[in-house]
Amino acid sequence: MPDKPGSRSSGFDRRAFMAGAAGSALIPITARAASEDARAPAAQDPSLPVEVTLRVNGKDKRLSIDARTTVLDALREHLKLTGSKKGCDHGQCGACTVLIDDRRVVSCLTLALAAEGQEITTIEGLATDDRLHPMQQAFIDNDAFQCGYCTPGQIMSAIACVKEGNAGSEADIREYMSGNICRCAAYPNIVAAVKQAAPEIMKG
Amino acid sequence: MRPFSYQRASDPDMAVQALGAAAAANDPLTKAAAQPLAGGTTLIDLMKLDVMRPTAIVDISPLAQAWSAIAPGGDGLRLGALAKMSDVAAHAEIQRSYPVIADSLKLAASAQLRNMATLGGNVMQRTRCNYFRDVSYENCNKRNPGSGCAAMDGVNRMHAVLGTSDQCIATYPGDFAQALIALDAMVEVTGKAGTRSMPFAQLHKRPGSTPDIETALQPGELISAFSIQGRWPRSVYLKARDRQSYEFALSSAAIALDIQDGTIRDARVALGGVATVPWRAREAEALLKGQKFDDGLPQRVADAAFADARGRRHNSFKIALGKRVVARALQQAVTMEI
Repeated sequence: MPDKPGSRSSGFDRRAFMAGAAGSALIPITARAASEDARAPAAQDPSLPVEVTLRVNGKDKRLSIDARTTVLDALREHLKLTGSKKGCDHGQCGACTVLIDDRRVVSCLTLALAAEGQEITTIEGLATDDRLHPMQQAFIDNDAFQCGYCTPGQIMSAIACVKEGNAGSEADIREYMSGNICRCAAYPNIVAAVKQAAPEIMKG
Repeated sequence: MRPFSYQRASDPDMAVQALGAAAAANDPLTKAAAQPLAGGTTLIDLMKLDVMRPTAIVDISPLAQAWSAIAPGGDGLRLGALAKMSDVAAHAEIQRSYPVIADSLKLAASAQLRNMATLGGNVMQRTRCNYFRDVSYENCNKRNPGSGCAAMDGVNRMHAVLGTSDQCIATYPGDFAQALIALDAMVEVTGKAGTRSMPFAQLHKRPGSTPDIETALQPGELISAFSIQGRWPRSVYLKARDRQSYEFALSSAAIALDIQDGTIRDARVALGGVATVPWRAREAEALLKGQKFDDGLPQRVADAAFADARGRRHNSFKIALGKRVVARALQQAVTMEI
């Protein structure tokens, strides 16, 4: 079955149908589950979708999702933000790296429900108008990729690496970027890109 | 991943109650129906692999406000269980007074995972034994008690040479735990009856005949803090692995020394990557205490640390490697400038 944004209007779409059907009936239950001041922890019925509001790239997105949904799947499958990539889906490759409250994390091991109330920044949220983020530009300038699959994760991780103060030397960059695997082995150029962008990012 | 209910605990009582309520009396902690979620770097991974199958997830992240202190003081150190690995590793006073802790955390996992993972979750991480992690292998005494052990005569290059039993040779994979056990840390546990403290050395259980029982924690109990007496500026964590970064230890050593006027007054030696649990090498420590350093001492200490080691087909190299790691870490600790 096609799974493209445009395909929903063309007929029956299982995902869209389930999300729509569940959303209307469940607001009271899930509103209670998410409530801050509920004294008894209310557990939702695991067979039913849950309402959650994720703040992604500065915008609130209300979703009706299975509790098992990771931030990565919420981004890719529900919000159609496919920049964050699914490599291993087990926290080993870094392709899914996003920033949550300005800290780099692997979105494949983060439950979407657990990310409610936090600021999620993805590769799609970096550029302003027609201007690339300095790290994006540095990856292009330094030819820091071949196939490009790991690149969104590399860039998100690299921005955090610089802001953490861990990009002071090539050795530091290599150590603190080790959570992002590049199977094309563009590592020397990635290090060069991080070095190039670091001063510009640090001066803001 | 199997379906589960998700709930967020806003205070410790609520967390303990939710975790305890779903627990069956005879379940070991690792099989408990309700599991706490903090960083999620072990739990979500193992749920995707179908190794862990909780029906209820209790998100304890909101407890971080109360449980994430990084508090070095005059007489020791207190670390909240929900402090993030990255924050503790980057803390200037931890780097100065407890380098073995800072380095054990910095050399673990990746920057992303260290941002997510908490100290409490880190010490509770499960083994990386591939037969444990792959449910297509029926015979894993840790997953399916009584089913046998595929690693015994399988590919056991990463497996333990110390603390093993004829039921399980799975390695305890963490790094931070070696620093804790070396420094005689205490662990504070919060449960239904309030909080209790015990030596960190008593937290992990050797596999023996019950490899499925990994710790002394009961369902409904949470680690809330760690504490350490004194300062240990002369301490190191050395880790040997297949890659330079982002890899589990083949062998590691946590060493802490108190040297005064050339005499080793106190010595702590713990081993990682080679044992089924965080491993304290007290025989090695005994050779150091009261001694002055000489060039032959590292080798004697290293031999003592691995005197009881028993290798299998693919992992015997860890005994030779482990001795060299201990010897080098000891030399580093003796010569470091503090």
